[in-house]
Amino acid sequence: MTDIYDEGCAHCEEMMQPYLDHVLSDAEVREAERHLQECDKCRRRYRFEESLRRYVRLAVDEQMSPALKEKLSALRIPLD
Amino acid sequence: MAAEDDGDGTDALRIATDARDRVHFEEEALALADQVYRVARHLANSREEAEDLVQETYARAFRSWRSFQPGTNLRAWLLRILTNLNIDRGRRNQRAPQMQALEANDYFLYDKLADSGDGTTDEDRVVERLSQDDVVSALSAVPHDFRDVLVLVDLGDFSYQDAAQILDIPIGTVMSRLHRGRRILKRELAESVAEGDS
Repeated sequence: MTDIYDEGCAHCEEMMQPYLDHVLSDAEVREAERHLQECDKCRRRYRFEESLRRYVRLAVDEQMSPALKEKLSALRIPLD
Repeated sequence: MAAEDDGDGTDALRIATDARDRVHFEEEALALADQVYRVARHLANSREEAEDLVQETYARAFRSWRSFQPGTNLRAWLLRILTNLNIDRGRRNQRAPQMQALEANDYFLYDKLADSGDGTTDEDRVVERLSQDDVVSALSAVPHDFRDVLVLVDLGDFSYQDAAQILDIPIGTVMSRLHRGRRILKRELAESVAEGDS
């Protein structure tokens, strides 16, 4: 297990966003996961990024008011 | 030569089919209203602005329902109308502010949160040091061009491709703005941690 930021970590960092976006190729996913298995530091940071994304979604979530919902329904074009 | 109409029966059938398709379209569009609003809320600057935009979007969508191609992504179609309306409102007249240099790596927010506070480095708990208000104001501080992409992909779950079509920009631009937008968001969040500590 390494705890030193090296080239492997730099490459792993580059892959973090696309990894979490599920846009990496299978080979790249395997490469990232191989590094994550060995590197505690990168593993923590990936987990943090995942939690952060979830946290941001929850924090900014705002439901539509029932009044707006009614207004939208009222915009429907009546049948002749 | 045009095909001959075989009488009133065909016309009546066409009108009935048309009405049925329209009702179906309206119902599908309304079923997506919650999801459309959630995204619109953060594309716009305020709740009021978001409500106006969503209403205008639905009014326009109901009028031009025939231009929607059944079988394609209705939520993306609605968001495309909404972002165009948002641009028409002159929001794009605002220039993106001069960017400061961004931090060298993607991990500085975690490092900062882990370094401050009670010493816990648990990745799931460390985010809780950010208050809900911090997150809301950090997101609204992200300049529009970057925020639009961030909101569509990270809050709206649109693919890069959908976001590119909605905003009418190349997919490469979606990716670079998303990358930059996420970093700006984290920088803003890191600043709120610094302010909270002082």
